[in-house]
Amino acid sequence: MNPAGAVWTLSEYAHGRLQAVSFELLAWGRGLADELGVPLCAVVLGEHLPDSTLQALIHHGADLVLALEHPALAQFLVRPQAQVLRALVERYQPQVFLAAATTTGRTLMPYLSILVDAGLTADCTGLAIDPETRLLLQTRPAIGGNIMATIKTPEARPQMATVRPRSKQPLPVDPARNGCILRHPAEGMDLRADVEQLAFIPNPAQDGSIEEAEVIIAGGRAMKTATNFALLQKLAQLLGGSVGASRVPVDYGWQPYPRQIGLSGKTISPRLYIACGISGSIQHLAGIQTAEKIIAINKDPDAQIFQVADLGIVGDLFEVLPALIERLEQCLPAAD
Amino acid sequence: MRIIVAIKQVPETSKVKMDPETGTMQRAGLEAIINPLDLYAIETALRLKQAAGGLVTVLTMGPPKAESALREAVAMGCDDAVLLSDRRFGGADTWATAYTLAQAVRRMGDFDLIVCGERATDGDTGQVGPSLAAFLDLPLATYASKAEWMADGRLRVERLEEDGRQVLALPVPALITVVKEIASPRLPTLRGMKTAKALQIPVWGPEEIEADPGRIGLKGSPTRVVKIESPKLTRAAEMLPVGTQQELDDALARTCQFLRQIGIEPKNGGAA
Ligand SMILES: Cc1cc2nc3c(=O)[nH]c(=O)nc-3n(C[C@H](O)[C@H](O)[C@H](O)COP(=O)(O)OP(=O)(O)OC[C@H]3O[C@@H](n4cnc5c(N)ncnc54)[C@H](O)[C@@H]3O)c2cc1C
Ligand SMILES: Nc1ncnc2c1ncn2[C@@H]1O[C@H](COP(=O)(O)O)[C@@H](O)[C@H]1O
Repeated sequence: MNPAGAVWTLSEYAHGRLQAVSFELLAWGRGLADELGVPLCAVVLGEHLPDSTLQALIHHGADLVLALEHPALAQFLVRPQAQVLRALVERYQPQVFLAAATTTGRTLMPYLSILVDAGLTADCTGLAIDPETRLLLQTRPAIGGNIMATIKTPEARPQMATVRPRSKQPLPVDPARNGCILRHPAEGMDLRADVEQLAFIPNPAQDGSIEEAEVIIAGGRAMKTATNFALLQKLAQLLGGSVGASRVPVDYGWQPYPRQIGLSGKTISPRLYIACGISGSIQHLAGIQTAEKIIAINKDPDAQIFQVADLGIVGDLFEVLPALIERLEQCLPAAD
Repeated sequence: MRIIVAIKQVPETSKVKMDPETGTMQRAGLEAIINPLDLYAIETALRLKQAAGGLVTVLTMGPPKAESALREAVAMGCDDAVLLSDRRFGGADTWATAYTLAQAVRRMGDFDLIVCGERATDGDTGQVGPSLAAFLDLPLATYASKAEWMADGRLRVERLEEDGRQVLALPVPALITVVKEIASPRLPTLRGMKTAKALQIPVWGPEEIEADPGRIGLKGSPTRVVKIESPKLTRAAEMLPVGTQQELDDALARTCQFLRQIGIEPKNGGAA
């Protein structure tokens, strides 16, 4: 089996582990590779890449893993990573190359698209093969989710796209799946870093990032104070989710900027979004269009947020939330 | 010290329409504003200039009326401006846009830093900044939430990632893209508005920047928009009023049932 002409996905390996989104990418890649009748190849860069880690990619759907280890790849520095990918792309000429639309993917891929002279579509939520032309159809929301655009790359290769996290479930793990691991030598590659990493400051442990959360509980202006967010934190804990906010709590400093959802914040695609005391301005809606299910709690029955909600609770959040938390706690499996 | 800010003029996004035939935006009749996320880029450039002295040049590619965005940036405190405008630049994707901007930057001569916004609110890609850095082989930091000069002349940048903050030192010349957290944009001043009004803004086409005609505009764009659809925004929300205790109980019962239906079960989370 050979990575040449295959469908490639970039697996993000950071802080000693593969990022969950890499498995979602393999689910996208698997469908495309089968459609095209070519292998699916997962590309991984890092300093030390143990076999067990690489095997996990095969168990999640890859036919082949192309791994490259070098101390210069220990941290996320754009130039050496992009130059290595350039060398691999030029050598094997994949048809399709996907990365996650994370801060990493959305930095590395546009840089790489210039080095390899290829087009790139950002933040796709749908990918398919055109039955006639065999080209990759890349569908993405634009203008704050008001339109869906489908984009093709007729000539340039590879056809490159970043894919929004949580836009597909990973495939079920199959420990019996076979595949091969190709460790590519770093000799001859341009690994010069132009930027120096001085430090990495991890987020506090309980602050899971909102992009990868399955459930997001967000508060708006109605939360009134930073301390009231404890209520949302409690609910988030019960439902295994993260806390987000509209712009107002961020502007007031009740919540940090990485938790802001909407036009000038994050775009999210959780399985469930619960909006508490958020009116549903067009700028806020821009960030939540691709949430699977939406529950809104608002005391104004005419709030625009109800137009995009599946379940609309018309009431005071300071009454509804504590009662909901109490009720959910009653349903908890008995603690041991 | 010379800092270049790349800004884009965008339609007021809440009212945008697309032409389903051509797949391009119908910009006619819409109010045009500076991409709101580029205001943070302008502010960052002005602060970095204040700290070290020098000039800030604001650069945009767009139709002739994009000149008004440049004047607005000058009114905020930028020193001069360049407009890239020509029919042949039209229809550019991020690759061709970055190529065109790179050619313009080359023509502008020596500089220390380029500042871009995180993304433009119309195309919504965030690709132009990193692509421009690649064309010019510049040290790059995206999603910058903090940027300050170091004693050794490098730029210290904090970069927001999903799991934390990466602290980087960039030798200059460099390129950064900034997020909203970095600073709150200042308002135009009266003096700035006077300067802006009087300023001569050069307009450059493909010849002035020695652009390869095959690499600009729609012709130079590797990607093609083939279809545009407007997704249905509204869902039929099931409304649960909560006036009385009974209504509250019913609403909570329904909510718990809904959670079960979509496979979300309460769990003993963390320190609860
Ligand atoms: C360029 C630009 C970019 C922007 N980017 C973003 C962005 O990224 N994200 C974003 O969110 N906004 C953004 N905004 C701001 C946006 O326009 C709105 O101002 C903002 O979303 C409003 O936040 P909110 O819904 O929390 O507040 P409000 O609009 O004030 O709504 C509060 C809601 O809470 C309800 N309420 C009050 N008390 C209670 C209670 N006790 N119980 C239940 N409900 C209650 C009210 O009925 C009301 O509907 C942007 C604006 C601009 C111009
Ligand atoms: N036509 C343009 N002229 C100048 N700068 C641009 C242009 N398009 C994009 N940019 C810059 O690149 C950033 C990202 O834009 P985009 O990749 O289109 O989302 C913007 O915030 C601007 O700083």
